[in-house]
Amino acid sequence: MVSSDGDALVVVRDLHFSRGSKPIFRGIDLTVRRGSVTAIMGPSGTGKTTLLKLIGAQLRPDAGRIEVDGRDVHRLGRAELYALRRRIGMLFQSGALLTDLSVYDNVAYPLREHTRLPETLIRHIVLTKLHAVGLRGARDLMPAELSGGMARRVALARALALDPMMIMYDEPFTGQDPISMGVLVQLIKTFNRALGITSIIVSHDVPETASIADEIYLIADGRVVAHGSPEALGRSADPWVRQFLDARPDGPVRFHHPAPDYAEDLFGAAERAA
Amino acid sequence: MNALARLGRAVLDALARLGRATRFLADTVLALPALARKPGLLVRQLYAVGVLTVLIVLISGLFVGMVLGLQGYNILVRFNSESSLGVMVGLSLVRELGPVVTALLFAGRAGSALTAEIGLMKATEQLSALEMMAVDPYREVMTPRLLAGFLAMPLLAALFSAVGVLGGHLVGVELLGVDAGAYWAQMRNAVDFYDDLLSGVVKSLVFGFVATWIAVFEGYDAVPTAEGVGRATTRSVVNASLAVLGLNFVLTAIMLNGE
Repeated sequence: MVSSDGDALVVVRDLHFSRGSKPIFRGIDLTVRRGSVTAIMGPSGTGKTTLLKLIGAQLRPDAGRIEVDGRDVHRLGRAELYALRRRIGMLFQSGALLTDLSVYDNVAYPLREHTRLPETLIRHIVLTKLHAVGLRGARDLMPAELSGGMARRVALARALALDPMMIMYDEPFTGQDPISMGVLVQLIKTFNRALGITSIIVSHDVPETASIADEIYLIADGRVVAHGSPEALGRSADPWVRQFLDARPDGPVRFHHPAPDYAEDLFGAAERAA
Repeated sequence: MNALARLGRAVLDALARLGRATRFLADTVLALPALARKPGLLVRQLYAVGVLTVLIVLISGLFVGMVLGLQGYNILVRFNSESSLGVMVGLSLVRELGPVVTALLFAGRAGSALTAEIGLMKATEQLSALEMMAVDPYREVMTPRLLAGFLAMPLLAALFSAVGVLGGHLVGVELLGVDAGAYWAQMRNAVDFYDDLLSGVVKSLVFGFVATWIAVFEGYDAVPTAEGVGRATTRSVVNASLAVLGLNFVLTAIMLNGE
């Protein structure tokens, strides 16, 4: 199997998952290479966030396997899973900072939880990480006082606290103004190139994601529709890929929700009544 | 047939909920040893659940005691036995009103806050974030809250009864002229430590446990949206109040049988 491939950090094979009776994934295969930026893209509601939760073993698949660093995450015991999660950072869409802790304490939280470092050293690490995201001066603020972009940057500093091998970004660009979007793009790129952190980005913001991704997987209807480098996908002639990447309102994905014939709908009933 | 199907669906849903709540409780209790290593979490929740509920309990206790003094005097004076007012006030507070009314207030004040807080933590992905940071959300969030509610309720109920007795004294003795010596002495003679005080403590322990369990579970089980959290908060208060009143009857029946 591909799991013997030493170059792959995350391997997903034939993944099936459903919520209730609604199938979300019907056989997903994807590979995330070490040190790469891999983007998972697709329309809203295709389960991109669910995929991250499956990789983090917060959800269990119906079938198929997911390996992270050579180990099947759904066969790990609790202690082993927690040990693995310490090496994985995750940036949630809302930031998910703990609301009753200050910015400083939020970043210090994983360190205090998982290490026995003295406070002086923790202070050093926290300030370094906050400096890296440009928010060393915001250390005393509470999460409620932060803008959405700042909260995400603090959450990014927190994800970096334990020097992870991989960070999963859940919709990092959604709802950001152009400046903070640019900041986040820059940060993700820097942490990947400078620190060698493998990155998985779930997003539907095409230009931002394409500018930093090494490989893009397009997901729709529970399957991988296309994958490849941004350049290769840019040359693709597949109508679905074209519609998604070029943001066309109509195409294989119809503009109209399925409905009966328009004229019949408007006038049919009146004519029948007459 | 349709009605039958709906009934079946409702029963199945209720059973599934009960199952989830029981598993939730087991996970919460299993995290107790881990909590022992971070006692600060419990202290903070004792403050949020206990201390912040003290004021409403004190005020309510005073008023309930004053009404007992007023009503009790007016009934007892017809039989020339107003000197027994202390007995009536003391027994009704310690055996019934203290635990029950405190539990209802607790569900309204502390329980609703717990449900809303946990529901919001779920909606804003904080619980997920804890899991992904390799921190057990039960140890961090659920267990300290459940334990704090369990420990705080008996103390709050005791406060309620104590203030209520003073309220009865205020109205009965100071305003209506019952003899102070009789009020206190008859109360001391009639209120038994095991039969009355202890049964009240047992009730308040049970109520505190059930009300907090419901509150924390409803928050955890909430649909993670603004609407879902609102619904869960309502359900938490309604279910906890009904559970307290129902259990109160069962416990009272058992305790009176044992005498």
